[in-house]
Amino acid sequence: MSGRSMLARGFADPVHDAQGVFRAVMDALARPGTIQALATDLAPPAPLTSELAALALALADADAPLWLDAGLARNPAVAGFLRFHTGARIGEDPAEAAFALISDPAACPDFGAFAQGTPAYPDRSATLVLAVSDLSDREGWRLDGPGIRDSARLAASPLPADIASRLARNHAGFPEGIDLIFAAPGRLAALPRSTRIAGA
Amino acid sequence: MTTANPETGYNFGYLDEGTKRMIRRAILKAIAIPGYQVPFAAREMPMPYGWGTGGVQVTAAILGKHDVLKVIDQGSDDTTNAVSIRAFFARTADVAVTTRTRDATVIQTRHRIPEAPLRDGQVLVYQVPIPEPLRFLEPRETETRQLHALAEYGLMHVKLYEDIARHGHIATTYAYPVEVAGRYVMDPSPTPKFDNPKMDDCPALQLFGAGREKRIYAVPPHTRVKSLDFEDHPFRVQTFDRPCALCGAEGVYLDEVLLDDAGGRMFVCSDTDHCEERRAEGHLGTGGMETAHA
Repeated sequence: MSGRSMLARGFADPVHDAQGVFRAVMDALARPGTIQALATDLAPPAPLTSELAALALALADADAPLWLDAGLARNPAVAGFLRFHTGARIGEDPAEAAFALISDPAACPDFGAFAQGTPAYPDRSATLVLAVSDLSDREGWRLDGPGIRDSARLAASPLPADIASRLARNHAGFPEGIDLIFAAPGRLAALPRSTRIAGA
Repeated sequence: MTTANPETGYNFGYLDEGTKRMIRRAILKAIAIPGYQVPFAAREMPMPYGWGTGGVQVTAAILGKHDVLKVIDQGSDDTTNAVSIRAFFARTADVAVTTRTRDATVIQTRHRIPEAPLRDGQVLVYQVPIPEPLRFLEPRETETRQLHALAEYGLMHVKLYEDIARHGHIATTYAYPVEVAGRYVMDPSPTPKFDNPKMDDCPALQLFGAGREKRIYAVPPHTRVKSLDFEDHPFRVQTFDRPCALCGAEGVYLDEVLLDDAGGRMFVCSDTDHCEERRAEGHLGTGGMETAHA
């Protein structure tokens, strides 16, 4: 299909679909380790998953630039779809992105490549959205910290082999750092920088 | 992009979608950095500053069509501020509204936390006049930002110590500073310090919106919220020497209500929903009207 002839549609109901996606992300970040349902009927160009697309459409715009990983950047239709529906700038430099969309999480660049915020403005930092295939709250890391009663568990795959040490470093830099959203088919979970992680 | 409400001509929840996205991004960072004040581009709202423009913007950004909204002002569902904001969202977002704490999914509040325990899944939205706990100690934003960056909160401890030196006890009774998750010192908004313990390990998500000062901050559920104090002067809440005159409740926050020009007064629950619910269950106070004896 030539990327030009057909542009996949955006949200059927822009107001309420965006609100639903946002609330799922908000609940996931507020309760790290919980898995939130994320229903979406978007059919974006591959390899952009409908969940990544839904998050981008709900949260990115001209004030919140996107960054695409190598897999997403290879298909120009992906950038075309995102530009049309969000109006967001899609930059080459990961450090300038508010949201990084990552279709191949095992090859996720080092977290240090993304904006970490500053000591005075730790909010000026990136949110990474990773398209994982599996997500479970019954195994994996043991989490504790804000948003978690006693403890929680979370497993996501595929992820880089050194993900545990990356997450530990990210938490150690609190309040600076990045926040992670794991978007699997139909659901999502999140790990804000505030979450402590034991045992990968 | 936006679908206008046919009756009012406004987008769902009054704000346009671009503004909602901006506020939503600020909320997400606020949740990831508990207690840190995220700057946001607060809009002019169809109400004056001081009437809850920050809380209204946060509520408008999170509200969905299935939410049930409760709005309280000093614990009361039926004062002007609460009634107007509830009507505003019933009209612009067509959401269900309630006065019952347990039925609400989103509770916007000015200066109180409901007496009934909050539960998982609820969101408490605070209206905040001055979000910076250090503002009256250090007027320069550039300086307070540095103090937060360095977690340098000595000034606040000096302020509380001066209370003790002057009054023999910590005399701060509302907007009592708290430390969130062991890092940021935060202003809980002008709630009475009576409510501070309810913020600790609260199952609900707490969001704070300051419209004039353009700041949003958050306390995620089950987060440690510690009221600042000293080992030899531990934090204590207000106590009342009598129960609510209407429902007989003890251990709740009471308002003093003047009844006449002769000094007659009664003390009643500040949380009107809690009081009504108790009375519906058959609890009765003494009706206790007191008259002044000159």
